[in-house]
Amino acid sequence: MKTNLFSSFILSLACLILFSGVYSSIIWGIAQFTPHQGKGEVLKVNQREVGFAKVGQNFNQIKYFQGRPSAVNYNAAGSGGSNKAYSNPDYQAFIRARIDTFLKYNSTIQKKQIPIELLTASGSGLDPHISPAGAEVQISRIARARNLSEAKIKDLVHKSIEQPLLGFLGKSQINVLALNIELDKLK
Amino acid sequence: MNTEILGIILIYLLSLGLAIPTGYYIARVYAGQKTWLDFMQPIESLFFRLSGINAQQAMTWEAHLRAMLTINLLWFLWAMFVLMNQGWLPLNPDQNPSMSPDLAFNTAVSFLVNCNLQHYSGETGVSYFAQVFCLMFLQFVTAGTGMAVCATVFKAMQARTAQDLGNFYVYFLKSCTRILLPFSIVLALFLAYNGTPMTWEGKAQLISLEGDTIQVSRGPAAAMIAIKQLGTNGGGYFGVNSAHPLENPSYLSNVAESIAIFLIPMAIVFALGFYLNRKRLAYMIFGVMTVGFLLLVIPTVYYEMQTPAIFQKMGIDTQSGATEGKEVRLGTAASAYWAIATTVTSNGSVNTMHDSLMPISGMTALLGMMINALYGGVGVGFLNFYVFIILAVFISGLMVGRTPEFLGKKIEAREIKIAMLVALLHPLLILGMTALAAYLSANQTPMGWWFLDAEGKSLAGGAWLNNPNFHGFSEMLYEYTSSAANNGSGFEGLADNNPFWNITTGIVLLLSRYIPIIGPVAIAGILANKKYIPASTGTLQTDTFTFGLMVFAVIFIVAALAFFPALTLGPLAEFFSS
Repeated sequence: MKTNLFSSFILSLACLILFSGVYSSIIWGIAQFTPHQGKGEVLKVNQREVGFAKVGQNFNQIKYFQGRPSAVNYNAAGSGGSNKAYSNPDYQAFIRARIDTFLKYNSTIQKKQIPIELLTASGSGLDPHISPAGAEVQISRIARARNLSEAKIKDLVHKSIEQPLLGFLGKSQINVLALNIELDKLK
Repeated sequence: MNTEILGIILIYLLSLGLAIPTGYYIARVYAGQKTWLDFMQPIESLFFRLSGINAQQAMTWEAHLRAMLTINLLWFLWAMFVLMNQGWLPLNPDQNPSMSPDLAFNTAVSFLVNCNLQHYSGETGVSYFAQVFCLMFLQFVTAGTGMAVCATVFKAMQARTAQDLGNFYVYFLKSCTRILLPFSIVLALFLAYNGTPMTWEGKAQLISLEGDTIQVSRGPAAAMIAIKQLGTNGGGYFGVNSAHPLENPSYLSNVAESIAIFLIPMAIVFALGFYLNRKRLAYMIFGVMTVGFLLLVIPTVYYEMQTPAIFQKMGIDTQSGATEGKEVRLGTAASAYWAIATTVTSNGSVNTMHDSLMPISGMTALLGMMINALYGGVGVGFLNFYVFIILAVFISGLMVGRTPEFLGKKIEAREIKIAMLVALLHPLLILGMTALAAYLSANQTPMGWWFLDAEGKSLAGGAWLNNPNFHGFSEMLYEYTSSAANNGSGFEGLADNNPFWNITTGIVLLLSRYIPIIGPVAIAGILANKKYIPASTGTLQTDTFTFGLMVFAVIFIVAALAFFPALTLGPLAEFFSS
């Protein structure tokens, strides 16, 4: 037992150095040569950093495309989902309210056009994407808010679609922040 | 065919394709044969020399367990120290506070037993030092422990008649240096190239497009995410685990992380075949596991790609499926696949919020953990399956009137008692503790110190639920099932960071890690000591299709049926009432 204790202690210490110290240093060292030096990809507008490419952010103004509902209000110093069950009556009332709000701001859209992901909170609360359909239903609102032609915005949305992996795995999607940055450039 | 379905089929086939050569490699490592990682040899020898371990010294099964428990105790003390003092320890750029004693106990225990229940959130609950030097350290060494014990059982199964079961420290260290470390390096670098952070800088602060000040948590994430996926640990870097867009940035990273969940658990089964040179036995085991997995994953994918009835009534566009708690870049099919992959393997990482799964999917996820042997955790998954094999040998022996034998060793009362105790412990802990929590909730028992809110006001039992009725029951059932299966996923709506949940799940975690390890090792050790009986025409064949069916039936009876009443109160009742 006593020898076990001594051996275990030294062996643990050695493992701590190898698996925590050396291993994380190797990964960190090589990550310095990745495209964003391991710090995360940041998007810029006129040299000003406006957000992480892969982390969603809040868009409240009607002239911007909105992302999905977030249980943590897009606070990226944390993360979280709603953890609500579909059977929960409060949750169902919540979804109905979301539908009404959406229809109020997007008066040209019919209920059956609203894709479900625009009404449901993401897992992380930081989902940076929406589906192409989720962008589609917001076009007319944004065109009015910005006094631009719908065709122009539609064109931009189509250009912003990220295709499935290798064209056949998973689904196509749109990064909301990247789309809004491009949107601001439209004249 | 649907591109989402194609995606998950590809993930499964890639996992399988990689697991077979990995299994061959693992068998060679444990057999001490030449491998391409032999350059690690000097490091291992140095470790042994420093710690005064004689790598050649053979151990009995009792000595194996003593060594395992001693080193585990030291890790527990280290974890408690770091978690309760991280506030002033170095590498804490976000100035996260030290943990309360009950949370530190729960966290230390749950990482010690390879569960990673996580009643804290990574962004605000731990420092970078604690992430890397405590939690990630434990993710390596506890996975290594499970694999080492599994290697001991392999060795015992191979033995004709022997006391010598190899050396625990050698199995342990080699599992870490030759298997976990190289695979982790590959996966971590892959993730880093795909946009997962690996930095020592603290939170980033910037001004959003709309002019708000925002903060984004980051840190040395890529290194930890790799080992948490590979070692069936599951303890994520960020609070929401692999649902987080930095932890799992793209569909491609999700493919890699999904493969990593299955790689070693599957490979261990093939390793058994190569190690014992009994490939048919490995195919039988793999077949049973795969059938069980498919029976769980197919309904889950089906239901998650459907839409909840309530949404259909609302008359919206429901093509994307059940998207609450899911991420757009991953889609519903890949999320449903992960939900089952992570629960059958005792991994416990998540890429979707399990609390928001459809009722039937919640049930399949629960069943994955209740059985806990369909692929199973690294090393320990096979141990659980081994218990089922022993029971199946005994029962079929009785049925056909033959002496129960497994690999030339007679199975007698003592082994069966141990196997049965291990098999029954799991439902006892889960159902007993869930009954307690359900009682406290139903009676709204004042909990005193055991359950305080953020202001220190005492709350009543049941206030920890995030959803009412049947689903609330499922939240409690899931928490104890996840603890007993050493899984670590959760119905995260449950308010579990309080003394009641921290301490009760902590105790369940300890019992359900060590007893299911001690049991199978004892059985294997006792069997190894017995006289070898050559196979004859009277011997029960254990590598046949028929015996596979038998094992499946035993799993179904022991694991699934024991839980059926609880499942009817939770997910099934929810399914039929909504």
